[in-house]
Amino acid sequence: MRNLSLTVRRGEIFGFLGPNGAGKSTSIKMLLGLVKPTSGKAFVLGAASNDVDVRRRIGFLPEDFRFYEWLTATELLQLHGRLSGVPARKLRDRVPALIDLVGLTPHAEKRLQDFSKGMLQRIGLAQALIHEPELIFLDEPTSGLDPMGRRMVRDIIRAQRDRGATVFLNSHLLSEIEITCDEVVFIREGEVVTSRDLRTLQEDEVRVVVHARKLTPECVEGLAPWSTSTHLDAEQLTLTTRSRDVLPDIVRHLVSTGADIYQFTPQRLSLEELFVSIMGEDRGL
Amino acid sequence: MGTWIMAGITFREAARKKILWTAFIAGIGFLLVFGIGLHFQVEDFRSTTVPPFLRYQILSSMLMVGLYTVDLLAVVMTTLTSVDTISGEIISGTIHAIATKPLARWQVLIGKWMGFVGMAAAYVAIMLGGTIAEGYWIGGVVTQHPVRGVLLIFLECIVALSVTFMFGTWFSTLTNGVIVLGLLGLAFMGGWLEQMSGFTEGSRLVMIGIVSSLIMPSEAIWRRAAFEMESPLAGSLQFSPFADISVPSLAMIAYAGVYLLVALAIAMYHFGKRDL
Repeated sequence: MRNLSLTVRRGEIFGFLGPNGAGKSTSIKMLLGLVKPTSGKAFVLGAASNDVDVRRRIGFLPEDFRFYEWLTATELLQLHGRLSGVPARKLRDRVPALIDLVGLTPHAEKRLQDFSKGMLQRIGLAQALIHEPELIFLDEPTSGLDPMGRRMVRDIIRAQRDRGATVFLNSHLLSEIEITCDEVVFIREGEVVTSRDLRTLQEDEVRVVVHARKLTPECVEGLAPWSTSTHLDAEQLTLTTRSRDVLPDIVRHLVSTGADIYQFTPQRLSLEELFVSIMGEDRGL
Repeated sequence: MGTWIMAGITFREAARKKILWTAFIAGIGFLLVFGIGLHFQVEDFRSTTVPPFLRYQILSSMLMVGLYTVDLLAVVMTTLTSVDTISGEIISGTIHAIATKPLARWQVLIGKWMGFVGMAAAYVAIMLGGTIAEGYWIGGVVTQHPVRGVLLIFLECIVALSVTFMFGTWFSTLTNGVIVLGLLGLAFMGGWLEQMSGFTEGSRLVMIGIVSSLIMPSEAIWRRAAFEMESPLAGSLQFSPFADISVPSLAMIAYAGVYLLVALAIAMYHFGKRDL
């Protein structure tokens, strides 16, 4: 990592994006005190990352969550609750409620060695929430889940935000990030490249697909004042703009140059496309 | 509090490992064989003219062989059950969910250590207690200072455990196992060479024994335990392989105590510093 400096606002879902080897998991480990930075310091919730007390306020679901497989789901949550300082009285209600939340009630007394990867991720998520932390780090929380499981995790993450918790989400699944996160940061080779507020992304970046006849190269060149990129392929023109406000100007221009428009479809730029445009194409590891 | 929770979960984890139960089954098998053997020996003595004095010394030597077997079983079992508790959890990532809980890393390590200490204590107490009891009830042999002997063998297990923990914070499970078993082998060889020096009065063998005991004091602790438990007459007559030819001093036992504390301190320090 180099010059990594992040600001995450309280109560938001923060996405951490980057290609393989960019340093996402390493960054989380540094923030949790699992890995020490060679230089510089990491602070979380106003305290040094290796501060023991601040961990009472932090929850963590590691990538590839593993634990003593001979424990049952209930025993696992009780153990993590006790390690996190949750009183036994509170755990009696909290453990079954969390098991129910992650959809594992029929498996509450089953040993983890009989759990699938998806079930392990569900119980791992529950252990990260057992002490109702203020800040939750989730490292690839949905990678082993089926679509229903992903939806459940998404709902849980949003519920955590609604109760005031901050969620720091590291995932390769850009579609998940896109519909879950409030803000994302892109990192590459250990450095922050850029950040985007996904709540306003729709207003920022628009792609327009136009099906029309009589599109000429001169007509396309004339779009330069409003578009950031154009691509003409027979009767299909694809262009991007920085604002939806210029869409009427584009339509007027096309009509004024004699194009017969059959379809004019503004599309929001997907996070995946944004990711590729920022990171570039895969050049191998 | 976190330390005790870790100790409890480690004890339960160890108790669920097959190796522990295998060791217990092997131990029970040993107690059965030892008891039957002792019984047959007592029966055989009834049809011979071996004088009672000699009979007692033979049975006493048999008891010492039994105690030595238990000592080896206990040390090896302690090492094998604990060899992957640190390195294995680091490699598998199991440690991540624990080390991010509100307890210091040294508490995690000490908690695990205490769990294995509890397990070793139970094993040593059951196995040595069983052997000593069989020696008394079947052979009529009274163990001298059994409590001292049991405590010393327990100390030997804790020394092996602490060294295993120390190397576990640096090396993989396999490498750690090879190193610790290698050190135990070195101590075993050095101890027996020192014991052999009694027949030739060779000071060079004594020196090898002392140096190997300084590198790994496990065998020295056993020889002190044997000295404490063996019949004084059998020991002084050099009647058994555990005779008090070269008895480790109390200073060596104190050194072993310091040795285990230093090993544990290094383990705590390095585990606290290293990346997980």
